[in-house]
Amino acid sequence: MSIKNALSNPYTKWMEGEGPHASIVISSRVRLARNLNGYSFPHLQDEASAREVMKLAGKALLSKEVEQDAGKIDFVSLEDLSPLDKMILVEKHLISPQLAEDAGAERGLALSEDEAVSVMVNEEDHLRLQVLFPALQLKEAWKLASRVDDLLESKLDYAFDEKYGYLTCCPTNVGTGLRASVMMHLPAIAMTSQVNKFFMSLSKLGFVVRGLYGEGSQAKGGLFQISNQITLGLSEEEIIGNLTSVSCQIIEQEQLARDEMRKDGLAQLEDLVFRSYGILTNAYIISSEEAAEHLSNVRLGLHMGLLRDVEFKKLNELLVEIRPAFLQKLAGKEIDAFNRDFKRAELIRKTLS
Amino acid sequence: MFCQECQKRPATVHLTQIANNVKTELHLCSECARNHQELALSMNFEPSFSIHKFLAGLLDGSPFPVETAASPQCPRCGLNFARFGEIGRFGCSECYRTFNDRLDPLIRRVQGNTQHTGKIPRRAGGKLTVEREIDQLKAQLQQAVKDEAYERAAELRDKIRALENKLQ
Repeated sequence: MSIKNALSNPYTKWMEGEGPHASIVISSRVRLARNLNGYSFPHLQDEASAREVMKLAGKALLSKEVEQDAGKIDFVSLEDLSPLDKMILVEKHLISPQLAEDAGAERGLALSEDEAVSVMVNEEDHLRLQVLFPALQLKEAWKLASRVDDLLESKLDYAFDEKYGYLTCCPTNVGTGLRASVMMHLPAIAMTSQVNKFFMSLSKLGFVVRGLYGEGSQAKGGLFQISNQITLGLSEEEIIGNLTSVSCQIIEQEQLARDEMRKDGLAQLEDLVFRSYGILTNAYIISSEEAAEHLSNVRLGLHMGLLRDVEFKKLNELLVEIRPAFLQKLAGKEIDAFNRDFKRAELIRKTLS
Repeated sequence: MFCQECQKRPATVHLTQIANNVKTELHLCSECARNHQELALSMNFEPSFSIHKFLAGLLDGSPFPVETAASPQCPRCGLNFARFGEIGRFGCSECYRTFNDRLDPLIRRVQGNTQHTGKIPRRAGGKLTVEREIDQLKAQLQQAVKDEAYERAAELRDKIRALENKLQ
């Protein structure tokens, strides 16, 4: 039931738009890679053992104990989803593009009712447990992920080694198997000439920065994802703590850059924000890149108190709604790129006015 | 109809593409279509830089050169170390044990560390401690038999049995 709902409703837990630093940090994600003892990793799996892993995982995921912590769980095979459905789940950040593209049978997805907890089965690892929360809530996300992890471990034989920790398919995930990331809106930092230097220094500290659409200074829409690189030799609490504190520093820098903009160029800032608002509320044809750019400016204007009649929640929803798969879902049929641009503009006009 | 891309010239090329059951239609002028063709062509190239290939590259410089002939092979999944070097991914959890003495340099380069200090799973972790205890007792048992200390050996045997039952 919940997956069906997830496919027809763009809204998902991480879009809430409330919580610590919600105006700058859109979402916090914690992902744990886990494997089962005695089964080849998915890329070397034969069908029979893949099916067995699906069965074992499904049974553990649908247990009462997991339901108590994560809420009601729905478990489906990816085979039962259409290509459009899979694209929608990717656009909502609930599954990886890799799982969606993988043509093989015996891939699974478990999703909690509020869509905060999702588990991919037979992706690169046997299990990829993800908790996705709105705003800066890495600690909370880790706590829930760890609890669900404990419950799954009580029913499944995890591959664990005293020295190397949780054993994963790729050596980049071994140890804690933990990848934590935050999605941040950093338009002011992105506008400064220091942006590449800023991200370079983060990578020296062991964090990876990626533009959500496009790379580096080319990033469109001012959205960046920052995650930990190292998974071995640090405890989970250290990884989560480090990323949280670096996120707080980035927020501070973004805030300073925004204050500077207000002080030095209020007129230009207002022009930027209201010009974008004007385009979004009046355009009849708009590409997703152009929309992302203007939505970023509107979000900036909202945070700085220049705009009032918009909600962060609505802006978060639009991030997903204006993507190709969701537009087709809304239209109820396949539509080409040109008609998508038309439909997108219509949707944005309706949402913002 | 005007070209979808430049919106300036009339569309003379009409492309229909079906990928994953999703149909996309493009109406382009000849100039923009040429650019698209180049794009389509360039998409056929495998990206030369994937994380797994990169990892495989790291293995080359390791103090344990990858030699195909004597490459150890995982008894569980059949992956040998040379192949692991090529794909940069393990085949199963047993591979870690099989390639054990060759892994540290690679893991250190990727992670900067070789010792897990984080969470220990309750069950698998507890089992691990018991397994280690059994290994120790078995060694003691062998020694006791060698020393013909049969009373002590019987004691040890019972202890091992009790622990093994606990593991079941």
